[in-house]
Amino acid sequence: MRIVISNSSNIPIYEQVQQSIINQIISGELQENDILPSIRSLAKDLRISVMTIKKAYDELEDAGYIITVHGKGSFVSPRNLEFIKEQKLKEMEEYIEKIIEISNQYQISKKEVLDLFELIYGSEYDE
Amino acid sequence: MMNKIIEIEKLVKRYDSKFELNIESLGIEGGMIIGLIGENGAGKTTFLKSLLNIIPVNHGDIKIFGKDIKLEGNFIKEEIGLVLDNMFFPEVLTPKDIDLVMRDVYKNWDSNIYDQYLSNFQLPKSKMIKNFSKGMRKKLEIATALSHHPKLLILDEATSGLDPVVRGEVLDIFLDFIQDENHTILFSTHITSDLEHIADYIVFLDKGKILLNQSRDEIMDGYGILKCDTDSFQEIAKEDIICYRKNSYDYEILVKDRDRMKKKYKKFVVDRVTIEKMMVLMIKGDRI
Repeated sequence: MRIVISNSSNIPIYEQVQQSIINQIISGELQENDILPSIRSLAKDLRISVMTIKKAYDELEDAGYIITVHGKGSFVSPRNLEFIKEQKLKEMEEYIEKIIEISNQYQISKKEVLDLFELIYGSEYDE
Repeated sequence: MMNKIIEIEKLVKRYDSKFELNIESLGIEGGMIIGLIGENGAGKTTFLKSLLNIIPVNHGDIKIFGKDIKLEGNFIKEEIGLVLDNMFFPEVLTPKDIDLVMRDVYKNWDSNIYDQYLSNFQLPKSKMIKNFSKGMRKKLEIATALSHHPKLLILDEATSGLDPVVRGEVLDIFLDFIQDENHTILFSTHITSDLEHIADYIVFLDKGKILLNQSRDEIMDGYGILKCDTDSFQEIAKEDIICYRKNSYDYEILVKDRDRMKKKYKKFVVDRVTIEKMMVLMIKGDRI
């Protein structure tokens, strides 16, 4: 597992830990049922407080990414790829709604929005 | 993990001088690292010594591991590893001599673990302490404090006066120690950067009173320092200001709920806090 923590970042450390783990679940580096390091050993390796790691793990568990079995450890929960995708799609919906809101406010046509999307999305993937 | 291992009620310690330590109530959970901060003379050492019944107090109920320290103090000492600011070993002793002495002091003294710490810390066993550097002495004290299997490690300024490399080693020892979730560390320091990462809770003492007792995350992710120029100070709502300091060109204002403040005061900078910055603002800053 790879986790890089930036102390100068504006993102709280527990969120950085959380995000690193989520990214690795999405990329497949962490697979279903893989065991995560214990809270205390991860705290030691990253040299950050136990409570901070605990908070990251608690939130990952609440969001369904991991399961903690008392006395055994924390595992990447099964079926979560689909779950994550669903969550991300929901998140994207919110952004799209925001785009539509702005375009309505300033009378930007749907075609203009789609062209813009095409332009940015296209150029990112052409390279 | 969530049980209180230290419980303090109405602790008062008065000195002939005006200083008074006055702690209404404080509970400390086990399995954590608790950092005790405050400026020199804030009462950190008095607090730790009162806690351990090393100095008599005027008033107060103190329980460690659920036991009253005045009644069962000796029993508790077996379970506490202690490192005080000044070294208490005679200069002519060697680490080997200390091993022999401690066998009689502690029921649970473990010479094997002690030897292991000595070699981890690269401390010579047969050299007199008077030839030790400051860092070596501190490491020897920590090795001694850890070698009778304590559950609670209490250290007073254990990292001050040490260079960053040795301090890093000491912090590693702390993190090793709390790998066991029944272990707890309470340490006082004025080097707040040591605490910013590894402490779970921070207790901030000022003039003998607890000014702040919060988790590291609540402090580091919650508080912020809002900066504005001298003309804009009136634009900040009074209820948002915890305390502030006026500089030549700007105001530094300690605020809570950093994210909300960022949204509310878009034209101003709201920085993250460091514990040091916060400590200085809370002690030296003005209140409304």
